[in-house]
Amino acid sequence: MDRKARERIVYAAVWLACLAPLLWLAWRGYAGELGANPIEAVIRKLGVWGLRLLLVGLAISPAARILRQPRLIRFRRTVGLFAFSYILLHLSTYIGVDQFFDWAAIGKDILKRPYITIGMAAFLLLTPLAATSFNGAVRRLGPKRWRRLHQLIYLIVPMGVVHYYLLVKADHRPPLIYGGIVAALLGWRLWAARKSA
Amino acid sequence: MLIRQGGDLTENDVTPRGIYLRRREFMTGVAGAGLALAAGPASAIALRGEPSRYSTDEEKTSKDNVTGYNNYYEFGVDKSDPARNAGALTTSPWTVKIDGECDKPGTYDLGDFLRGNTLQERIYRLRCVEGWSMVIPWLGVPLADLLKPYGPTSKAKYVAFETLERPSEMIGQRRSVLYWPYREGLRMDEAMNPLTIMAVGLYGETLPNQNGAPMRLVVPWKYGFKSIKSIVRISFTEKQPPTAWNRSAAREYGFYSNVNPEVDHPRWSQATERRIGEFRRRPTLMFNGYGEQVASMYRGMDLRKFF
Repeated sequence: MDRKARERIVYAAVWLACLAPLLWLAWRGYAGELGANPIEAVIRKLGVWGLRLLLVGLAISPAARILRQPRLIRFRRTVGLFAFSYILLHLSTYIGVDQFFDWAAIGKDILKRPYITIGMAAFLLLTPLAATSFNGAVRRLGPKRWRRLHQLIYLIVPMGVVHYYLLVKADHRPPLIYGGIVAALLGWRLWAARKSA
Repeated sequence: MLIRQGGDLTENDVTPRGIYLRRREFMTGVAGAGLALAAGPASAIALRGEPSRYSTDEEKTSKDNVTGYNNYYEFGVDKSDPARNAGALTTSPWTVKIDGECDKPGTYDLGDFLRGNTLQERIYRLRCVEGWSMVIPWLGVPLADLLKPYGPTSKAKYVAFETLERPSEMIGQRRSVLYWPYREGLRMDEAMNPLTIMAVGLYGETLPNQNGAPMRLVVPWKYGFKSIKSIVRISFTEKQPPTAWNRSAAREYGFYSNVNPEVDHPRWSQATERRIGEFRRRPTLMFNGYGEQVASMYRGMDLRKFF
């Protein structure tokens, strides 16, 4: 098999892995297995998978460095765009299905509910990153500005974790686990930067 | 024989009058069901109750959803956990301890506690503090009828309730997600309100464990968490008793916790709710639509302060 074909297969596998949760969710929904409150279940699952993919995206650079596999970096964009897509679907389901475009209620939620305020802010910050993910954007912005912009992710992901933490009623273990992973991934970057300085 | 085994009766199969929950039959039924092959559907016992004028004629939430979507943290925090894990709970024998400001404190067998009371069917709306709701056909007894024989004294201003604490069977209690045992409380007039019932069944059968077997409170004008499950202790108190969710987050869960669309939970609006099984949200009603029976108890109270 030549290199090109192999590369295509690897990419297809990454795509499929990123799509799998969505396909699984769609299948469970189709089979009526999303429980008594399927709308809430869909919102939760999409949000959690968005967050998980953000974490995977954050883990790629450290993994590439530690495993000495620099070419892993090429999957960062794919994973990041999938994360954005899950989060966009998560938000769309909240707006269009849960609230049924009740803009007054949505506006109040954004202003009054800290977890929604933070979630919405994180989404707004994430959007320009998704919008400038194509190769031309790096050229147009210049690599330095592009990198500065994309460093926003170090703020966005913790905001996502806080968004999750604040909506949990009593069992804070899951958001704390995500928080721990994010702390480790960002901590590694600080440590790596200091070492190379 | 008024209480029979088998699932051949439906909630519509209501006898006109005179259905008594008699001790021997109740106990026989539970034992006969095979020493709690732990209250799976197989051990459910058919119950019948007199119809009540307090019942709503709204469409009932499906039994699958009523018994498969539960907040019962003693069995796990996910809403599908209780249906999966509550089968482990032994509900027979069961005793309830009555203490505090009353003439006849003591520990009573469940059958004795319930004896001599007419079962009623009460089809009530249930509004969860999380913004969803159901319509559930409960079978139960007015709490007032159960409590009066114990002679609460003039000092008894509140009634406190406690859920069983048994981590060996209630796996959610192995972590301190909440302060165990779960506690709830009502003001005396709330406890004596004709809407307040002690439920022992739903959908024409004994309660499934995940719904709070063998007996639970149902207070339909308050958020669901006030309707404490699997009760083992009832105390008459002079002071307002501590309650589980209030201890966990006092800013979010008040002692009263009356359904009130105008007082938001700090983290979400209470103006609307999703009735399980419906697509669009619907407006939430003051006192969950039971204002006619309960609003007078709160006259003159600032419900923003006493939320």
